[in-house]
Amino acid sequence: MSQEYILEMTDIVKEFPGVRALKGVQLKVRPGTVHTLMGENGAGKSTLMKCLIGIHPPTSGKIVYDGREVHFKSTLEAIKAGISMIHQELSPVPERSVAENLWLGRVPMKNPFMVDHKKMREDSIALFEKLGLDVDPDAKMKELSVAKMQMVEIAKAVSYDSRIVIMDEPTSALTDVEVEHLFRIIAELKEKNVAIIYISHKMDEIFRISDDISVFRDGEYVTTDLASNLDHDKLITLMVGREVTDMFPKVECPIGETVLKVEHLSAGRAVKDVSFELHKGEILGFAGLVGAGRTETVETLFGIRHKTGGRVWKDGKEIDIRSPEQAIAHKIALLTEDRRGNGIVGLLSIKENTALASLKRYGFPLNHKKMISDTEEYVEKLRTKTPSIDTPIQNLSGGNQQKVLVGRWLLTDPDILIVDEPTRGIDVGAKSEIHALLTQLAGEGKAIIMISSEMPEVMGMSDRIVIMHEGYTTGVIDRSDFSSELILKYATSETSDQAAAGKS
Amino acid sequence: MNSKSFDFKKFASQNFIWLVLIALVIIMGIAQPSFFSVNNLITLLSGEAVKGIMAFGVMFAILSKGIDLTIGASAGLVACITASLVQPADYANALHPGLGTLPAPVVLVIGLLIGAAIGAVYGALIAYTKIPPFIATLGAQLICRASAKIYTNRPVSNLSESFRFLGSGKIGGFPVIILVFIVMFIISAFLLTQTRFGKNVYAIGGNDQAARVAGINVEKNLILVYVFCSVCAALAGMLLAGRSGSADPANSGLNYELDAIAAATVGGTSHTGGICRASGVLAGILILGVINNGLVMLKVDDNMTNIVKGLIIVGSVVLDMRKNAKKA
Ligand SMILES: Nc1ncnc2c1ncn2[C@@H]1O[C@H](COP(=O)(O)OP(=O)(O)OP(=O)(O)O)[C@@H](O)[C@H]1O
Ligand SMILES: [Mg+2]
Repeated sequence: MSQEYILEMTDIVKEFPGVRALKGVQLKVRPGTVHTLMGENGAGKSTLMKCLIGIHPPTSGKIVYDGREVHFKSTLEAIKAGISMIHQELSPVPERSVAENLWLGRVPMKNPFMVDHKKMREDSIALFEKLGLDVDPDAKMKELSVAKMQMVEIAKAVSYDSRIVIMDEPTSALTDVEVEHLFRIIAELKEKNVAIIYISHKMDEIFRISDDISVFRDGEYVTTDLASNLDHDKLITLMVGREVTDMFPKVECPIGETVLKVEHLSAGRAVKDVSFELHKGEILGFAGLVGAGRTETVETLFGIRHKTGGRVWKDGKEIDIRSPEQAIAHKIALLTEDRRGNGIVGLLSIKENTALASLKRYGFPLNHKKMISDTEEYVEKLRTKTPSIDTPIQNLSGGNQQKVLVGRWLLTDPDILIVDEPTRGIDVGAKSEIHALLTQLAGEGKAIIMISSEMPEVMGMSDRIVIMHEGYTTGVIDRSDFSSELILKYATSETSDQAAAGKS
Repeated sequence: MNSKSFDFKKFASQNFIWLVLIALVIIMGIAQPSFFSVNNLITLLSGEAVKGIMAFGVMFAILSKGIDLTIGASAGLVACITASLVQPADYANALHPGLGTLPAPVVLVIGLLIGAAIGAVYGALIAYTKIPPFIATLGAQLICRASAKIYTNRPVSNLSESFRFLGSGKIGGFPVIILVFIVMFIISAFLLTQTRFGKNVYAIGGNDQAARVAGINVEKNLILVYVFCSVCAALAGMLLAGRSGSADPANSGLNYELDAIAAATVGGTSHTGGICRASGVLAGILILGVINNGLVMLKVDDNMTNIVKGLIIVGSVVLDMRKNAKKA
């Protein structure tokens, strides 16, 4: 183990108007290692990385990279010096092709005036091949799933041949298969002596790949240690400052009558034939690989996508939902997967974002007092970390934005709560809180659909799991039969619902 | 104030536009002391009221990430139609000689309804076909202007006293047009901050996908935005006719949309959507008014005035972008 550091950041302070996000933290990264940053939502991990690569130059502090003191003023400077970053919040150019997104800002030129489209395409294919990715370089970025976009983003960061690659929650949108893929890429990078700064809230991942772990809390540096010296519980205690006992505080409660019945639902090419029933007091998990059509299914139920076939009943009455407005009127709520795309309204405050789906209840003229007290209630309940409820939501850390959105939907007081990757980017403490909340809501007689790509989460929280594959429901498993092998079998099989039922 | 000390920096950045206005007013006052005469201030305000009301309307369109180029032409069209309804019956040159003079309140309502209808048409076009508002309203502008010219090929004049009251009347020596302007400011500010409609428009401008998922009927609200904008233009058109005593199909309201957009922009309404404050737009209107008025008083020629205005408009947006960029 070499003692030499490729990167040393010391006494980094970062102040935003009214917030001291970093209060003098340090980070020392060895080449050829995976150095993981841990900390609760809002601890300052992303901010520290943005200080490094010049998005938010630090208020004070010293950064030594490769033996020299550096002050990057833009990501371009950082990239040129050999530091690239995969951002927590994706920022693709949706209308342009994958290849163009990949080589954005450095397109190969035929001559000083003309872009070399052929080379761009070939380079993309070569890169994808090297990384073993299955993505069409000619597809428009917006046609890709969030997971594919994330893989393109990863490919892009790797393609710079950097000496440090920063990955800010790269796996939050990936399923297990792609995560494995990413880990192979990381291993290859390590072999080339590249240092990886890794940010994630997923414990098992962290212990699998980390060499060093640094912990931050509320903008302060806590400690750095070899991963081998730490374990799950120690790490959580360092992060949270208290013990988190139960990750999946599942309480099995009596399952009531059917609230939602879906038969042969279809929507274009993404959703082909989906049937299931949802009961009062039930948490129904949805598992499947990326592209299985889970998100599309719930989007169709919620009226975001156009339904092309099938029937839906709520409380025994057939309903035909054509817009989210109607879905909300039927007391259905959907916490979407794409937080930035169709979740937050970045410029608006926590208060306005919380109230957004419930504006009707505030009357005319709007009852601001009620809006404030409701928002405060959910900020408190979900322990959202924010300077004030008038802060624009875009200034919050990713995990805290997610909590605000959870609050938005709970405020609508739904009968059916659909959550698509509800704990994406949420720290362990908050995650167990959200799980507890879901359990509590189920106990109150609400029906919950939970899509999750995290196997332990679906298995830990669900009463039954519906498994999808390429737009079809391929199986339904009861809690007593849960096993990851069985889920994976259905998730990769072509068998239809009936056939699967016959086999098991 | 208790523990929190007064944060001047924050106050200044939030009310930057008002500080600019105050600075301008002081400069003008020093350069030309008669600037502060009551008469001059009243002239200034009555002069800006028409475009100012249009600015309040177009502010909503810009907030929703759109734009409305129709308003000058629709103001002109409504001015011509309503003016033709209030000409005296015995006036030989009347457009509809047999019709006689309709009561002013009735004509006012007719004018506003026409405005609403025009806005509803291109609003629906924008909301449902998703064509860019710039294009939709550019087309509507051409159609409205041409319709005005088809409706009458000469200026419509000799309007009834009661119709002219809104544009040029006075209550206790105070011009009614300024009162209407103030009322429209209050209505706009109220809509923005105190109603569901206002919150919806902020959300649509900020992230229309998120707004839709949160259950907001994006199409309906966009139509309402353009209806409101067009109603403001109709009102402005009638005030304009009332103030000048006639309506000219070719020139009434010509290019007013640009001044209105400029005022809304100087007032901090962001063309990337989702940001605006009615008080800012009020300041923007007054800033452009002070420049117009002050430079006329100082006998600066028109071209110079326009250069100053151009610089202020562009400069204010540059400042605004920098302010917002820092936040991101
Ligand atoms: N542009 C900004 N303006 C104001 N405050 C900000 C800004 N960016 C971050 N902050 C604040 O800095 C703090 C740290 O945020 P940061 O995004 O670094 O957290 P994080 O550790 O990455 O959390 P997460 O795990 O949720 O992603 C938060 O309190 C956040 O509100
Ligand atoms: Mg972060």
